[in-house]
Amino acid sequence: MAVKISVTPLRLTIAVSGEIDHHNAAVLRLEADEAIQSSLCKTVRIDFGEVTFMDSSGIGFVMGRYRIVSSYGGAVEVVNLSERLYSMMKLAGLDRLVKLSKKEKGKEKI
Amino acid sequence: MKPVNEMRLKIESRSVNEAFARATVAAFAAQLDPNIEEISDIRTAVSEAVTNCIVHAYAETVGQIYIWSGIYENGVIRIKIRDCGCGIENVKQAMEPLFTTLGGERAGLGFAVMESFCDKVRVRSKIGVGTVVTLEKRIKGRENADA
Repeated sequence: MAVKISVTPLRLTIAVSGEIDHHNAAVLRLEADEAIQSSLCKTVRIDFGEVTFMDSSGIGFVMGRYRIVSSYGGAVEVVNLSERLYSMMKLAGLDRLVKLSKKEKGKEKI
Repeated sequence: MKPVNEMRLKIESRSVNEAFARATVAAFAAQLDPNIEEISDIRTAVSEAVTNCIVHAYAETVGQIYIWSGIYENGVIRIKIRDCGCGIENVKQAMEPLFTTLGGERAGLGFAVMESFCDKVRVRSKIGVGTVVTLEKRIKGRENADA
């Protein structure tokens, strides 16, 4: 698992790659929260395009970031979801809290 | 019914072993020629069950997790994930989506995910003795991917 963080004045992007499970969610959380707290961006984009595996820890990760970002009036969006990750997040009802968008067609990975 | 092939694995309840456990069970399941979707289902369900052992069963300690898996003639794989941890007081409640005793970053979706990715999930638990989660999934395989 690796995290790449980029900030523009309008948006913080947290791009995750590899596997998200309970074990590496801890590191992911630390890195993401440090960036969120130092930027306090109104829009926090989580890019799951390079995520190869995720269990419910990934859902917990998004929920936790939603709580932090919405506490200062910001919004979270999760982008580049595979069909599988998208349906897991829908199952968890995350679509009611954050904006979810799937990977562009033709770039589909599992 | 007797399995045609089986395997056993014993690991310590350290979170670093989560990836090892799901990869190992998935590698064992590969002989049923599952499609990518089915392999992901197994990996995810095993990851949830093993995480439960680590964060709940052995919350304050490190214990042993026993994984057994059997493959049956009809293309069914059965996976048992057993711990000798604290046990679950109310299994029905524990299996409810969004229920969690930990709060914070745990979504409370472990069992819901297992149930959505397996055909059957059975949980037996006794306080102070431990918990056994049995997952069952019929592998249709690559040829019948659309069936």
